[in-house]
This record gives sequence, C-alpha cells and structure tokens, in this order.
Amino acid sequence: MTLEAFLLLAAALFCVGLYGALSQQSIVMLMMGLELMVNGLVVAAAGFWSFVSPGAADGQVLVLVAITVMALEMAMGFAVVTALFRARDVDVTDEAGDLSG
Amino acid sequence: MQAAGFWVLAVAATGAGAAVFAVDSMARATFALLASFLCAGAELLLAGLSYLGVLVVLMMIMEMLVMAVFMVMYMMNPAGLMPMTMTHNRRGALAVSGTAFAALAAGILTVPWPGRREGPGGGPPHDPTAALGRALMGPKMLVMMVIGVAILATMIATIVLAAPRGRYDDSGGAP
Repeated sequence: MTLEAFLLLAAALFCVGLYGALSQQSIVMLMMGLELMVNGLVVAAAGFWSFVSPGAADGQVLVLVAITVMALEMAMGFAVVTALFRARDVDVTDEAGDLSG
Repeated sequence: MQAAGFWVLAVAATGAGAAVFAVDSMARATFALLASFLCAGAELLLAGLSYLGVLVVLMMIMEMLVMAVFMVMYMMNPAGLMPMTMTHNRRGALAVSGTAFAALAAGILTVPWPGRREGPGGGPPHDPTAALGRALMGPKMLVMMVIGVAILATMIATIVLAAPRGRYDDSGGAP
C-alpha cells in the first residue's frame, strides 16, 4: 500500500462518479454519481492521513467533513426530487433544464 | 497480504461503482453502489482508521437502504422489465471522465509526494479515534460547529422542500 495506490483508487472512483453524474438521465442516478465522487474524496483523505501525517488529526477531520457532505447531499437531493416531482411530475434531468442558457 | 487486500478491494470498489451505471435496474444499481461504498469503508479500515471505516460502513448501509426506497419511488425501469436507455450524451461523458482520470493519474504518478512526516507526532497515534475526538473537541471545534449547523439547516430545508405545504403551512392552516 502506498499513497499513490490510494490516490489512484480515489481518482478511479471520482471519474466513475463523474461519468455517472454527466450521463445519467434520472436525477436519482445522477445523485449516485455525485456520491461516488465524494467517496473518492474520502479515500484520498484517508490515504493522505495515513501516508503523510498520521500524527495530526487533520486528515481524519477531512474524512468526517466529506462523509457529512455525502449525507447532506443525498438528503437535499431527494428533497429537491420530491419537490420537483410534486410540482411538475418530472424525474429526469432533461425536463428540468429551466436554468440552461 | 495487506497490499493484496488493498488491490482486491480497490478493484471491487471501482468495479461495483462502474456496475452502478451498467446494470439495467435502478434497484440493482443501488446495491452495486452499496458494495462500492463497503469496499471503500474496508479500505479505510486497512489504512488504520477503525472508527471512520466502521462509520462509513454503517452509514452507507443505512443510506443505501433509504436510497433503495426512493429508487422504487422514482424508478424509470422497474426491475429491468422495460429495456430503455437511461443515459444522455454517453460518449461525451465517457470522454470527459476518461480525460479526467488520465490527467489525475498522470499527476498522481509524477508528483513527488512528501513522505511520512518525521519527528514528534510523526507516526500514527496509539489510538486514532481518541486523536480525532480530541481534535474535534479542541482545535477543530469550528469544523464540528459548522457541521452541526449545516445538518440543522439541511433538516429544515428538506422539510420545507418536501412537505406538500412547506414548513409553515402556506395554505392557511386547514389540514
């Protein structure tokens, strides 16, 4: 196990999530892509903690923040999907492009 | 042994993550995502973060079960019975994510990363969980406070968005 290995795993998870966030039509699937991207951040922070400065707690605190972001992102995402679905019967991104230029 | 475990889990995490967008049922996708998160949690355990690894595993099991319920509610393709495409601009997304991975991997492999910090406090603490707790209740208290307020704001905002009449019952009080 090396720092590079951890970061490569983090990059792979991030990019798989990026593909999902860009390509999925369903808003719920798009959120799964976002979760995978944050998951990559968690793995990268754990790698930095373990291989650069395990004596300081900064890496662990970063992991905690990323996990919180994951949970809050999912809660807000589902609330937005519910509000959108209730107001307009929409559950795909293509029909929710009101802000596209 | 540890390195072998790391690579097996890494391949499993990435493979399950890719399977999320490859399987044709959204319920199956949820459980593929759960598998990916569990592998990532096990990687944290391997790195010596016992508390945070277990936290990720437990939280993701809960989160994915909640997600499975929403999946059933907003499913585009129930149980894979109606084959349909659920993607748009697939080629562009593949190109963007492939380029991003190539750039990140090039950076990861070429940057001279610092070694483990030497001197007092350089090695891993005897108990990383206690170190995290002491940091959160001491010098990192601001982080903890911001997280707490963010969770409270999210709880209020989700109720405002998701309740049919909003947090303060805009319709005038009739149930």
